[in-house]
Amino acid sequence: MKTKFQIKDFSFYFNEEKVLKNINFEIEANSILGIIGPAGSGKTTFLRSLNRMNDLESGYRIEGNILLDGIDIYKPEYDVVELRKKVGMVFAMPVPLPMSIYENVVYGPRLSGVQDKKRLDELVEKSLSSAYLWEEVKDRLHTSGMRLSGGQQQRLCLARVLAMEPEAILLDEPSSGLDPISTAKIEDALTVLKKSYTIILVTNNTKQAARVADNTAFFLMGELIELGTTSQIFTSPVKTQTDDYITGRFG
Amino acid sequence: MRIHPRYTQRGAVVILGGATLLTLVILIFIIVFILEKGLPVLGWNFLTSNPEDMGRSGGIFPTLIGTIILPLIAIIIATPLGVFTSVYLSEYTKETRATKIIRFGTDCLAGIPSIIFGLFGYIFFVITLGMGWSLLAGGLTLAVMILPTIIRTSEEAIRAVPKSYREVSFSLGASSWQTVKKVILPNALPGIVTGVMLSIGRSIGETAAVIFTAGSSLRIPTSLLDSARTMSVHFYILAREGISAENAYGTAAALIIAVLLVNLSAYWLMNRFISKRS
Repeated sequence: MKTKFQIKDFSFYFNEEKVLKNINFEIEANSILGIIGPAGSGKTTFLRSLNRMNDLESGYRIEGNILLDGIDIYKPEYDVVELRKKVGMVFAMPVPLPMSIYENVVYGPRLSGVQDKKRLDELVEKSLSSAYLWEEVKDRLHTSGMRLSGGQQQRLCLARVLAMEPEAILLDEPSSGLDPISTAKIEDALTVLKKSYTIILVTNNTKQAARVADNTAFFLMGELIELGTTSQIFTSPVKTQTDDYITGRFG
Repeated sequence: MRIHPRYTQRGAVVILGGATLLTLVILIFIIVFILEKGLPVLGWNFLTSNPEDMGRSGGIFPTLIGTIILPLIAIIIATPLGVFTSVYLSEYTKETRATKIIRFGTDCLAGIPSIIFGLFGYIFFVITLGMGWSLLAGGLTLAVMILPTIIRTSEEAIRAVPKSYREVSFSLGASSWQTVKKVILPNALPGIVTGVMLSIGRSIGETAAVIFTAGSSLRIPTSLLDSARTMSVHFYILAREGISAENAYGTAAALIIAVLLVNLSAYWLMNRFISKRS
């Protein structure tokens, strides 16, 4: 198994409050890691540390390292823009940019300098198909992305990330606002996509982690309590907190 | 004693509606009053012929030129400066003491009476830089005067762009500048245009800052270093010196129509832009 991310004694402080506490683990390439845990457990902060989206906030400080393919992404000379091209992100709320479906998908590739119309068209079809959205929108690619339904918008956001041809995809509760059918489509897409991408899925829905994740990590109060294969975590968790959480005794 | 919500509701409607109505009536009264007195004088001939006898008779052609050129110079200089400054303040700096001081400074500048700007323009552009009474000195003074307005309205427009758009753009590997260019500015444009249009209106109507810096020559300016008179200044002089009340009202009517045209075209442009994007 190839390792994609190595998290080494990583701590995150926000206004001197320790939000993530000495996290240590490795994330396998070409697999889906589910991250579960109650609200405020640091799941999202951790996810946003992997592509340095936390940089946009002020008042934070980190300790330790995160390595992507063996290279520390927090070293001063590391190019954040390149990092975000390699590590794409889908947010909890679908946010299509106020432009057409087509323009939304080619936003990333255009930034990287892809201008060839044919190449862009290919990327649009390929990404929208992988996000299970192509059939629904192929006849109206040039209408506004904001006119799609919530579930379609979220798949558009996924397609937009895929079009950048990243190496890893971070998903922050991607189906929290979606109906079961849209959720199922996104989950189907993810299980296919893991063959080519490393996927990290933060979810409040433990069943979703059980359905799609290969490995599952349980976060609580900023600590990584337990990490294991999904079947092990859900059938024979080692820690009592994990057991309590997945059986619904708290959180 | 408690008044029944039905009555407080009725009272609120009367007060709010009355205020709106009063505002509208005052506005319409002013416009009708000026147009009624001015329109009989205002005609193609009035706009395109030169004034005679200090403006006692003849038209206002040179002041029309002055009224177009001066705000144009001001806008060409102040818009890029103001928009770039607001982008820098809102996108490239984190909220610190320094940015707060800059913002407070622009607010103060926006509140300074225009005659002070006129005095500054006179001392700095006209005398110190030796531009003399000229279109250039007047345009630069107006630019300085409207700069704070443009900065503040642009900044408000930029801040109104949802934070999530920025996050998405950055997460897709955009640099700050790419985000500004592709997401922030297009979405803030209607607000920025509104600010610019307000500023154009203000510079068209400005008298005090212009009379000190562009002078009041009635000759048609042929270079940026020529003195020129705007319609507002012309109106002021005609009315103040009792030269011709008739022609003063004619000029005022032309002014009002000019400002109206600027605003209407701004709305038209903006609507076209918005409907094109969505």
